[in-house]
Amino acid sequence: MKIVVCVKQVPGTTNVSIDPETKRLIREGVEIVMNPFDAYALEEGVLLCEKHGGEVIALSMGPKHAELTLREALAYGADRVILLNDRALGGSDTFATSYTLSQAIRKIGDVDLVICGKQAIDGDTAQVGPGIAAHLGWPQAAYVSGLIKSDDSGLTVERMHEAGNDTCVIKLPAVLTVLKDINTPRMPALKRRLSSGKAEIPVWSASFIKADTAKTGLNGSPTRVVTTRKPAARDKHTIVLNGNAAGSASKLVKILRSRIKL
Amino acid sequence: MILRDSENSGTFKDVWVLAEFAGGKVHKVTYELLGAAKKLSDKLLRKKSRVVCLVLGEGAGTKAEKFFHYCADVVITVDDSSLKTFNDTVYASVISRLVKKYKPEILISGATSRGRSIMPRVAVLVETGLTADCTGLNIEEGTGLLLQTRPAYGGNIIATIKCEHHRPQMSTVRQGVFKAPVPDNSGTGEVIEEIVLEAEKKTRISVIEESFGEDKGINLSDADIIVTGGRGVKGPKGFDMIAELAQALKGAVGASRAAVDSGWISYTHQVGQTGRTVQPKIYIACGVSGQIQHLTGMQSSGFIIAINKDAEAPIMKLADVAVVGDLFEVIPEIIKLLKSG
Repeated sequence: MKIVVCVKQVPGTTNVSIDPETKRLIREGVEIVMNPFDAYALEEGVLLCEKHGGEVIALSMGPKHAELTLREALAYGADRVILLNDRALGGSDTFATSYTLSQAIRKIGDVDLVICGKQAIDGDTAQVGPGIAAHLGWPQAAYVSGLIKSDDSGLTVERMHEAGNDTCVIKLPAVLTVLKDINTPRMPALKRRLSSGKAEIPVWSASFIKADTAKTGLNGSPTRVVTTRKPAARDKHTIVLNGNAAGSASKLVKILRSRIKL
Repeated sequence: MILRDSENSGTFKDVWVLAEFAGGKVHKVTYELLGAAKKLSDKLLRKKSRVVCLVLGEGAGTKAEKFFHYCADVVITVDDSSLKTFNDTVYASVISRLVKKYKPEILISGATSRGRSIMPRVAVLVETGLTADCTGLNIEEGTGLLLQTRPAYGGNIIATIKCEHHRPQMSTVRQGVFKAPVPDNSGTGEVIEEIVLEAEKKTRISVIEESFGEDKGINLSDADIIVTGGRGVKGPKGFDMIAELAQALKGAVGASRAAVDSGWISYTHQVGQTGRTVQPKIYIACGVSGQIQHLTGMQSSGFIIAINKDAEAPIMKLADVAVVGDLFEVIPEIIKLLKSG
């Protein structure tokens, strides 16, 4: 099986601030990590290759220092990695991002399966996985909480939705987006960690993947962020109840009854 | 679809809402969005913009009437057995063909896991933009463009997004943001029947089993009240008490990552960065310390109550009401009071 896992570098915290002048996120001094959901996507790829043979390729689009995230992917078990880095790719929205990733997947060639984390914790869109599937014309299963079977007929997966779940059989090639329910990622072995630090990271350009630059970067993005702001602060006044249990409970129930019909 | 200079954007006019069903019943976000669509449609510069409800599914043909009671002027039905289960590929193919045919100005759906699976696929197929999980929609004065507001970075940034040169302007919208309109039972409108093409039925994915209903009562995204248990709940037995409180309040049961990772309750209940983002009217955190990853998933709740032994826990600072005490003593008292009326 040839499996591509898409990984993204994100700020290690969501507690970010905006530069009041440029209206852009302040990235200086913010620790960069691999998107937490991507570790589950990688682990699922590694598990499938352990069972069926093949290779796991971690793919990321981003600035030069996204290299660090790809090194992390190597440590977690990716066989090789590719960084898509090109000025023509900057400022991409989810349409342009999924288009660019799909072009890289075409370039890699003979890919059986693409696995993405459910969403990245910075943008929180969850749109890139299904977008890749649409660009490639492949079927997709989003919000996958379990892989039940993998054989010649394809993958049998469980998808989670708000009111329950369903099970579906999906033929390859296909795209999955996974929840953290799907597995428990292994800790990288020290040896892998050390070798990943020294690995050469191949960088691919927009022209190398034959991307139509009318569909990439800021220019190729149908959507545009016009303003950003911090959410209104919560009313900071906290009522503290620290008496005995019965007293606190009675005061709390009164507060509850004043807010909702019980 | 890219707007060309030669093409008057007036070609695109209506506001479409994709109806969602869960276990055969209309998902309430659908009614909320029809109400929102009505307001948007009234504000569009071009008059004659209509509210169109798109209803796909087996038996969809019989379900049109109800949507006229909730502001729909037109209902497009696609009634076919291939739409019985949730097959993203078939749904997206049909919807994108209809979008190309009728050219709506705006297309919105609920930001449910299903909406968020289909809509990105549709957006790519019709080549337009899509804004995820919106918490606000409005029409910009002067331009008539859709202003889409959404939280990012776990709600720490609020961004407003536009889609200027592509149509339709598409968004998925969080449940509970808009109020469902009061139904007008005299409402009527036009029904358009569409079909699924044979080529669209050929897919490489098939749903073999579906199940609805969760193990512990009401689901998180529908609930007005959520009672969440954390590490302080100490085990599965503690969650029985949490569930009892939730039940007394007609609410849903949530859990912190620590509780889920300890195996005390299933992942379906997890609130936070790697679980679900929720926005109930009242959120009651019991024995939850309030790590940033948890706060991210619930800080937009209307009213927050925390019950914790540790008065200094981060959740107690965020809360509107902080109950300092042993949850195993406080919660049974609350349940007793609620039950006694």
